Amino acid sequence: MAEKKYRVVHYLNQFYAGIGGEDKANMPPLIKEGVAGPGIPLQQALGEEGEIVATVICGDSYFAENIETAAEKVVEPVSSYKPDVFVAGPAFNAGRYGVACGASCSAVSKKLGIPAVTAMYKENPALDLYRKEIYIIPTADSVRGMKEAIPDMAGFIRKLGLGQEIGLPQEAGYFPHGIRVNQFVERTGAERAVAMLLSKLKGEPFQTEYPMPTFERIPPSPAIGDLRSSTIAMVTSGGIVPLGNPDRIEAASASKFAEYNIAGVDDLTSDAYQTCHGGYDPVYANDDPDRVLPLDAMRALEKDGTFGKLYDLYYVTVGNATSIANSQKFGKEIAEKLKAARVDAVILTST
Amino acid sequence: MVHVASIVPISLTVGANRIVPAVAIPHPLGNPELPEQEERELRLNLVKKALRALQVEVEKQTVFEE
Repeated sequence: MAEKKYRVVHYLNQFYAGIGGEDKANMPPLIKEGVAGPGIPLQQALGEEGEIVATVICGDSYFAENIETAAEKVVEPVSSYKPDVFVAGPAFNAGRYGVACGASCSAVSKKLGIPAVTAMYKENPALDLYRKEIYIIPTADSVRGMKEAIPDMAGFIRKLGLGQEIGLPQEAGYFPHGIRVNQFVERTGAERAVAMLLSKLKGEPFQTEYPMPTFERIPPSPAIGDLRSSTIAMVTSGGIVPLGNPDRIEAASASKFAEYNIAGVDDLTSDAYQTCHGGYDPVYANDDPDRVLPLDAMRALEKDGTFGKLYDLYYVTVGNATSIANSQKFGKEIAEKLKAARVDAVILTST
Repeated sequence: MVHVASIVPISLTVGANRIVPAVAIPHPLGNPELPEQEERELRLNLVKKALRALQVEVEKQTVFEE
């Protein structure tokens, strides 16, 4: 008894569908029966098990300029064909096409609940936009990689069409979604770590289970010349903010830093300041915020002439699960402001 | 810049060049177990240490233990 073929709808841009080049880039979506362009070799790769029943074609500029509308206009005809799988591209390194493929797949997947897959080059700007929502398979950077892209896509479509489990990105061959999945392995962590270390010591290749971020080494700044005439500023990652956290710095994964004026303030007290940092027991810092941002000590040393002036503004963020990218961004911006204000040095406090 | 940090290994990892170890995570520049006056002195001394570190030429990452 012949098994029912799984049904596939394929999305292409106007160029790959053979309709036209840039002159047709503004065409709105249309759907036609059967295959077009790369759909032909794709159908061959799918063999007898699956059938590309229809192809949606849309102009790259039309899509990129009206992403939401265009995506809706793709979803509608797709639903009438009731496919089991939706596939778009391959887009290689084409930005508009990548967006169109990603957005169509995302819309079809979300609105119709149909598994969707597309393929593009790792540097395609659309990758980061859609990688978490749909399956995106890596390809070469241009149509020269079509020969490899087709079987990769076909293999994936087949799995989706037959309802097979997709598995982890490395094995299944798609860009990681950034999702952590628990798995059982035979050897304990200790055994795997020692095995890895032995390989490393022997100069043999090994695969880390967790790539560590690398940090730049910044050359040390020269020592302060004359402390007694220097302007010092305070910065903290400990989340000390005015009571009520007026700028709503997040307790974790801070998306911002803030600047507050402490001119005339000699001491941080619990009725005026608090911590908003969610990564440590706040009781002591709320009780006396100087324990994290040492304003009282700084004032005392300013008053007795140990250093010249305490800068009127202090900077704060929360260093709790704050992304490295954001931390670097904040650091740069704060440094630029302090430099412009001719601050000589900074005391940065962290919890 | 001097980093008064509770977790020195983190400070080293991210590349701070002048590091002064702090007291504890929830109170880097304090100690709630101490009477008020002593705690204030502790903080004052820690800040003085930080200011001293700023005046020392360093060629590589340096933790000012003392």
